Amino acid sequence: MKTQNNRAWLFVLPVLLLVAFNALIPMMTVVNYSVQETFGNNLFFWQGLDWFEGLLRSDRFHAALGRQFLFTGLILAIEVPLGIAIALAMPRQGGWVSVCLVLMALPMLIPWNVVGAMWNIFTLPDIGLLGYFINHVLNIPYDMTQNPIAAWVTIVTMDVWHWTSLVVLLSYAGLVSIPDAYYQAAKIDGASNWAVFRYIQLPKMKNVLTIAILLRFMDSFNIFTEPFVLTGGGPGNSTTLLSIDLVKIALGQFDLGPAAAMSLIYFVITLLVSWLFYTLMTKDDLN
Amino acid sequence: MKKRYIITTAYIFFLMLPIYWLVSMSFKTTGEILGGFSLFPQEFTLENYRTIFTDPTWYWGYFNSIFYVTLNTVISVSVALPAAYAFSRYRFLGDKQLFFWLLTNRMAPAAVFALPFFQLYSAVGLFDTHLGVALAHALFNVPLAVWILEGFMSGVPKELDETAYVDGYSFPRFFTTIFLPTIKSGVGVTAFFCFMFSWVELLLAKTLTAVDAKPIAAIMTKTASSAGYELGLLAAAGTLTIIPGAIVIYFVRNNIAKGFAMGRV
Repeated sequence: MKTQNNRAWLFVLPVLLLVAFNALIPMMTVVNYSVQETFGNNLFFWQGLDWFEGLLRSDRFHAALGRQFLFTGLILAIEVPLGIAIALAMPRQGGWVSVCLVLMALPMLIPWNVVGAMWNIFTLPDIGLLGYFINHVLNIPYDMTQNPIAAWVTIVTMDVWHWTSLVVLLSYAGLVSIPDAYYQAAKIDGASNWAVFRYIQLPKMKNVLTIAILLRFMDSFNIFTEPFVLTGGGPGNSTTLLSIDLVKIALGQFDLGPAAAMSLIYFVITLLVSWLFYTLMTKDDLN
Repeated sequence: MKKRYIITTAYIFFLMLPIYWLVSMSFKTTGEILGGFSLFPQEFTLENYRTIFTDPTWYWGYFNSIFYVTLNTVISVSVALPAAYAFSRYRFLGDKQLFFWLLTNRMAPAAVFALPFFQLYSAVGLFDTHLGVALAHALFNVPLAVWILEGFMSGVPKELDETAYVDGYSFPRFFTTIFLPTIKSGVGVTAFFCFMFSWVELLLAKTLTAVDAKPIAAIMTKTASSAGYELGLLAAAGTLTIIPGAIVIYFVRNNIAKGFAMGRV
């Protein structure tokens, strides 16, 4: 049991100062912008909640939000089952395990814009490996700079390539923590493979899978660099996800007010999910 | 049994394909790349790498990246250690709220912070410095480090602390000579994750730098647009950014899954 000691605050103080500097001051700047209009020259005018109202009614915001949920939904629907399947298939022991783990983790260690650039040259229609294969071997016309569906398939495949290993590693960590005795007991009872999965493996993976799903939800919800480098949000606006739209408004058009309002709405959504995450995590700690 | 190996092998094959293509392209001449499709480099060349290793803008990009990433890792781990200890051992006023607030900063979209960060770091004179980028990356790395370390520390029984105090250890001596060695794999994994997330993040690093501290990955995008479409050079620079990650991952290969689970397997 933990002991009550308010002097523990001293231990937390450095973290508190550092993160407060990084989080509170910028957040105040954003709040400040979100209620004002500026015409340059550092002149600001009170605008009230107009930006928020306009944003919540704007088709552009709804479209970006819709695309964001579609993207996050798609990658979760693919990465989670795929990751579990691969973790189940992985060897449990032997020298190959380390090799597999290192190779699988490799995509996660590549700078995000290199990931985008890499997929760009991988999918170039006539000179990229994948682009050439689809266009000239399978004979399916494929050019993600022209076709929105091709662009979507590409960014989703890229994310699956980039992050499925996270689900694999976490599920695998859950699986190897199951004692052998459980499997032996299941064998004596004559349990089917499905029963072993459903009643032994899945419950043991529940904890780590919660972490995996929520991490993937939040990171994919914040995704910017990879799709921006790969498609630039195009063709048209077809792959303009929430962060891309935000950066376009804030740094491209320099519309600080609407961009700030959008940041705050964005942040509130993330906050809700974080809260859900935190509640689930601390519930596990209590058990 | 055989089906298992096919699935694992097929997945790793899929992961390696784009990487292979990047590496293979880095050994091709621009002429060969644009001339048409070739699975292997026909005229194997090291020219792209030579350009990078002889041009200071290129290789300084690597030093810049490695410098701020290391700085960030050192800062994040050292401030997170006492905080994680406090969270894992004590209850104190507002602890749960504080932990949740830290967590929200790990989840915050970097795009939200790009512009205010630019203004804040310009105002305090840290724009275009390694320290500036390292501090900015602390926004998401410090909460992550606290979180992972707290997970590992909670796995150490409290009796260890109590025994040490009974034996007359002072807190600093206990922490450095007994506690830290006990959780050293946790510290290693935490350092790895700080390194990783600082290494791969680019939106903030790019926003906060101009010349002196510009990361390699940002130089890539700049060169890609200004020097025409030099795919070979771009591929060589990209290939070189994979190497540091591949090296650090080797050291934590046995603990990496536990790290991703924030020490909560």
